[in-house]
Amino acid sequence: MVGTTLNEPAAPTIVPPRLEVAEARRHGQEDFDSLPSEISVRNLDFYYGKAQALFGNSMEIKKNRVTAVIGPSGCGKSTHLRTYNRIYSLYRDQRATGEIMFDGDNILSPQTDLLELRRRIGMIFQKPSPFPMTVFENIAYGLRQHYKLDRGELSDRVEHALKRSAIWDEVKHKLNEPGTALSGGQQQRLCIARAIAPEPDVLLMDEPCSAIDPVGTAKIEELILELKSKYTIVLVTHNMQQAARVSDYTAFFFEGHIVEFGATAQIFAKPAKQQTEDYITGRFG
Amino acid sequence: MSAPTTGQRAATLRHRSTARRKTVDKAVRVFAWTGASLGIAVMIFVVWQVVVRGIAAWDIAFFTQPTPQDVTSTAGGFANAIVGTLVITGVAALMAIPTGFLGGIYLAEFGRNGKLATAIRMIANVVMGVPSIIVGVFAFAIIVQPLQHYSGFAGSVALAFIMLPVMARTTEDILNLVPNELRESGLAIGAPRWKVTLGVICRAARGGLITGASLAVVRVAGETAPLLFTALSSPYWMTGLFGPGGFFGGPVANLTKTIYDFSASPYPHWQDLAWGGALLIIVVVLGMNILMRLLFQRGKEW
Repeated sequence: MVGTTLNEPAAPTIVPPRLEVAEARRHGQEDFDSLPSEISVRNLDFYYGKAQALFGNSMEIKKNRVTAVIGPSGCGKSTHLRTYNRIYSLYRDQRATGEIMFDGDNILSPQTDLLELRRRIGMIFQKPSPFPMTVFENIAYGLRQHYKLDRGELSDRVEHALKRSAIWDEVKHKLNEPGTALSGGQQQRLCIARAIAPEPDVLLMDEPCSAIDPVGTAKIEELILELKSKYTIVLVTHNMQQAARVSDYTAFFFEGHIVEFGATAQIFAKPAKQQTEDYITGRFG
Repeated sequence: MSAPTTGQRAATLRHRSTARRKTVDKAVRVFAWTGASLGIAVMIFVVWQVVVRGIAAWDIAFFTQPTPQDVTSTAGGFANAIVGTLVITGVAALMAIPTGFLGGIYLAEFGRNGKLATAIRMIANVVMGVPSIIVGVFAFAIIVQPLQHYSGFAGSVALAFIMLPVMARTTEDILNLVPNELRESGLAIGAPRWKVTLGVICRAARGGLITGASLAVVRVAGETAPLLFTALSSPYWMTGLFGPGGFFGGPVANLTKTIYDFSASPYPHWQDLAWGGALLIIVVVLGMNILMRLLFQRGKEW
């Protein structure tokens, strides 16, 4: 396994000329094409009513890697992410065309079992959104949807999910308190625990740290690096330092197009496109 | 276009005195204060009158005896009217709350901006604006006339008809307050839509939903007009379900209509009883409002 985890997240710097990319990934030139893909996106178009928001997106999400999606506000990065678990289908005027291959099937096909898809592809949102239940029930809720568990198994799995999300020690005495009583950063890790409890393959993170303070952010970034040994992670972020710190591959989106997609080290060190260069050096966006 | 930052540009601007703005500010404040005080003063005067005159009528007989039939006696109470109102309003709530709740869920979660939902929303808004006496006539036409007799049940139908749109629209408004993130989170975990709606969304909004339902009940508890042609009134106890004295079979005593009759009567004792009834309604409405407010605050913890 390349990409050994960082012990400390790189210190955030203010508008750096070049972003620090994790040492291991800068040198460990892994062969992109020989890595197994978890999700393959081909010619994805997306529409809000009549307005097209994504144009012919194609990219490979590699198994057990963190793929970051960056770009200026409104470039379609969240829209892109939200097609992977079809959460957009909650809104009747939104639709996607193209192919998103996952485990041999096209996610966008009408035959897709959405409940099972969402078990296998979990999601963490920008705003921590614990359910109006206790800490324990927040985790148990997802587990109960998908598995028949007796009480013992259930509490084991809840504990396990909380431990893997690095929040167990903080909530082990608060399992029967409302999830909303936790701090913002804790709530977000609770949501991560909720997402990983039903044993997904992929975690979608939509700007998971943008509503969290720096300490909470550092904890979540550390967690992302730990979780990637078990899950494939797709991380939408407007924070380029964060993309550089935690991701292996980066896609730069602009106005609904994927301008550039490649190894994070390469994107941040020597981007192929002038637009990418301008964005990561802070000249626009 | 740049802002006038240089001294030269700024000097060409004519200054506006702040005195006028301050005076207008003061005037608006005085108007607002006067308006609010007048409103509160009127309300306090009404409540005060009802309390002072009503409390005198509150004795054990008021809550245990049926309405007097002998105009000369000072016996009798309002007990049959209290029971009648409880039953009529309760049955109305049983009919309107579940249907209104489901209707509200449809409007907020499923129909949204669809054509059907827009039509239902508009009809609900119109029905909420219909004068309650017309609802009474409606219930008279569809129940009282075909059955050829007044009944408590007809009163319940009339009240339910008033409650239904209130309940549906309140439910919709409250569910709309729940952030979309919570809906998406529920679906993203792989729960089906109905479970997310009932188990997560309604749970998050339950304080507001309970308040909404209670206020819908309270809203009709004080209605008189819909009962004029339906439940009518009766000096007797309700005697079960069917037959001339029963809930389905004949007129049923109720608070508002009895207050209406007794307050217009020439007998001082009857008038006193009417004040007692008025106080009871005010206390129940106010009490429910306060209770719901407390409950709602507790619900916010989640």
